[in-house]
Amino acid sequence: MAPAADPLPALRCAGLRRRFRIGKRVVIALDGIDIRLARGGITGLIGADGAGKTTLMRLAAGLLKPDAGQIEVLGIDVVREPLRVQMCVGYMPQHFGLYEDLSVRENLDLYADLQGVLPAQRPARYAELLHMTGLGPFEGRMAGQLSGGMKQKLGLACSLVQPPELLLLDEPTVGVDPVSRRELWQIIDHLSRNMHTSVLFSTAYLDEAEHCDTVLLLHEGRLLGSGPPSDISAGMEGRSFRATAAVGRRLLQEQLADLPGVIDAVVQGGCVRVVMQAAAPPDAAAIQAPPADLRFVPVPPRFEDGFIARLRAATGQDARTSPSDRVAGGRNAAAPQGADSEIIVVEHLTRRFGSFTAVDDISFSVRRGEIFGLLGANGAGKSTTFRMLCGLLPASAGHLRVAGFDLRTAAAPARGRIGYMAQKFSLYGDLSVAQNLRFFASAYRLHGSTRAARIRWATEEFELASLLDATARDLPLGFKQRLALACALMHEPDILFLDEPTSGVDPLARREFWRRINALAEAGVTVLVTTHFMEEAEYCDRLVIMAQGRVLAAGAPEAIKALARTGDRPEPTMEDAFIAVIEAAGKRALAA
Amino acid sequence: MNPVALRRLRGLLRKEFLQIWRDPSALAIAFLLPAILLLIFGYGVSLDARNVPLAVVTQRPGALAASFAAGFRHSPYFKPRPFLTIQEAERALRAHEVQGIVWLRSDFARRALAGGEAPIGVIVNGVDANDARLVEGYVQQVWATWLSAQARSQGHDASMALAVEPRVRFNPAVSSRDYLVPGLIAVIMTLTGALLTALVIAREWERGTMEALMVTRVQMREILLAKLLPYFLLGMGGMAASVVMAVLLFGVPLVGAWWVLAGASALFMLSALGMGLLISGFARSQFVAGQIALIVTFLPAFLLSGFVFDIGSMPPAVQWVTHVVAARYFVAILQSVFLAGNVWSVIVPNALALAAMAAVFLGLARAVFRRRLD
Repeated sequence: MAPAADPLPALRCAGLRRRFRIGKRVVIALDGIDIRLARGGITGLIGADGAGKTTLMRLAAGLLKPDAGQIEVLGIDVVREPLRVQMCVGYMPQHFGLYEDLSVRENLDLYADLQGVLPAQRPARYAELLHMTGLGPFEGRMAGQLSGGMKQKLGLACSLVQPPELLLLDEPTVGVDPVSRRELWQIIDHLSRNMHTSVLFSTAYLDEAEHCDTVLLLHEGRLLGSGPPSDISAGMEGRSFRATAAVGRRLLQEQLADLPGVIDAVVQGGCVRVVMQAAAPPDAAAIQAPPADLRFVPVPPRFEDGFIARLRAATGQDARTSPSDRVAGGRNAAAPQGADSEIIVVEHLTRRFGSFTAVDDISFSVRRGEIFGLLGANGAGKSTTFRMLCGLLPASAGHLRVAGFDLRTAAAPARGRIGYMAQKFSLYGDLSVAQNLRFFASAYRLHGSTRAARIRWATEEFELASLLDATARDLPLGFKQRLALACALMHEPDILFLDEPTSGVDPLARREFWRRINALAEAGVTVLVTTHFMEEAEYCDRLVIMAQGRVLAAGAPEAIKALARTGDRPEPTMEDAFIAVIEAAGKRALAA
Repeated sequence: MNPVALRRLRGLLRKEFLQIWRDPSALAIAFLLPAILLLIFGYGVSLDARNVPLAVVTQRPGALAASFAAGFRHSPYFKPRPFLTIQEAERALRAHEVQGIVWLRSDFARRALAGGEAPIGVIVNGVDANDARLVEGYVQQVWATWLSAQARSQGHDASMALAVEPRVRFNPAVSSRDYLVPGLIAVIMTLTGALLTALVIAREWERGTMEALMVTRVQMREILLAKLLPYFLLGMGGMAASVVMAVLLFGVPLVGAWWVLAGASALFMLSALGMGLLISGFARSQFVAGQIALIVTFLPAFLLSGFVFDIGSMPPAVQWVTHVVAARYFVAILQSVFLAGNVWSVIVPNALALAAMAAVFLGLARAVFRRRLD
């Protein structure tokens, strides 16, 4: 097979449109998409939740019909001949499509039967797949008993039993730990390089662009850009700078983000990374009270810079659509009594569910006004820890003190000082924005003029005035996140718990969210956050890395990253550090 | 079918049986659910009045009054409680301690012997109209039996007894359970059959496995066949268990041939499973599928199958609706096969109706299921 000579593209879309009707609402999932992908490469479909990634995948797999436009896979019209397409593609849906009551081997057998793999071909094919995925030792294990990373590899193996010409992977890496993610990438690279399989995968992680030959940037049903990753960051040269100054990095970020010409300013390590509209550093003179020692060092552009620049251009937003400084925090926040006092103390905390230990003897403490992160994959025990800290779940063993209260004896008073934003933003979808605000205000026992004042505050602070009558369910994800944060802050808590707060929202909404959180922390609110976005760890003052219920490393982001510093890797990322920490723990377990 | 297609079907069937074996929820629906429902309804729902507490007021106790009261004591239907005044008895009625009052006035003996009209008063609690009518009927029967016994013992003409005519006819030898239990089986199997297929397919939607299946070479008819076959066997197993329970536990006679029963059950099971398949074509979560199955199968089968509520006494419009309730035909066949035997004039038309309904539901399910998500 000579992929370069093949005239038929792996995927071709022309004017592709697809709408969905959800109740009375019409959602435009894809709004006129034109794509032409050559065979044999790895293509990343990159975008936030609601960008249209899954719809495009399902259209390519023949599971949906387009409203308008054409879509061809390997030169076959998908609408006219879906069966023929389905014979040449491998497809892994978001939840891997595995039968949890079937063993690894039985799942493979089923898909081999369904894909028409002849019995004579199977032993060799199974051996290859099991070797490739490392699932050999687990052949007899039920799929439901596998870890998230192993399930994902089994899902991949099932879509590969009959070697496909095009492999469609819908968010294969979401919520999976970095070690499994890296192993998955090795498999996909192998398929592409050695088997000449064309791969189309979707993801919300911008850093996965580095694995792609081609990227497709999708935002709200439109293609913002396509081409090799280097094309996306092309034109960004000379526009990225690392800013250092003798002030806190959060304050510095706040000041820089408001400057004219700045399209992005994010905290990175102890510095702030700034991206400009044009190839010139920010004008320090425009800062009202410029900090001492403010310096800008040019840095090479990243893929993400190109994406942000395109998003800003597409949405007409600049970095300045920022919250004011009035993100009023906790009642006691204005006068922190001893900035270093420990407001959360966790000692030897353990939680068991039957024979399963979800949280295994963890200890850490959080100081007032800190942003403290719990970093880990799905199933690492982050949410269980959170629920215990909020007094929603009793601990099996260990001590927990939140705001000076022992949660075993005084969960209710501790809860009054806590704001909690649950995963997936627990809002009442059928209620309007105003009704949600009123409900949460009442739930926190605010009434009369206090309640009115807080609702007014939330409406202004989170720019919800124009949306008050909108139904919460119909809000874009970024606004849902804003509303959820407003509800969690209604009673001016001292401590804010954020469980996967930015999962699925687009990079701009994520930046805006973190600016609000930074402002809260500056105002003295203590923030605890769980995340599986490695780069978000940069926003934390300190963090712990969790895996399988244990704390594997703790400290400031810089200190944790330093753990992975080697001769050939002078600037390790948080992901490198995470993998190094997990591997070190694995070696220790082997040695023990 | 070519060998590749056959291998696909075999693969799906093996998967289905492994899942049934490892996840007991399907087994629970097939066997546990019918057993529990049959126990609850079989023991709980009875249209017979037995051991009904009854107040017997004897204002002037005497030999004749005592002999009449004894008639109630010996009846299996009543548990008489003696009272001396009607006031006391009425208090007991209001307190729901008794269901009815039989009032023998002070001149009972004299008027009874004079051969006049019934000198007894009967007051029944009309809150439960069904019970009230039964009590009324039973009381009259006891009265009639006593009268004729009195007449015979005194050499009177029996015509005196005929003066009282029971208004509710019943046959003490046939308990209502005998005709209720076969009907119950039909109602329960409607729910079980629909739930089996609706829930397992909804589970595949929920877990995303249906989506993965659709992007293989499998045909929709193979998926449907692989769902129909295992759950047909499971449903028939549940049916057999229910019949065994009916015969052994509830003592319902099985007069007709077992193969007629099996054949009719198979047709009915196909229509119930087809209904489930059809539901799962629309409902993509187990919760919704379960709710729909309950509403569109169980309730109509309970109310409109004629198993308790006589179809003939329904308004014409409702009678017309009962024709699309498969349980209606099955109830007719079951009641005939269990109690009357192989009455072909009942069995054949109803079996044809069942076959037609099975064909319609399965055909609709096939039309609704496409290899697409929209």
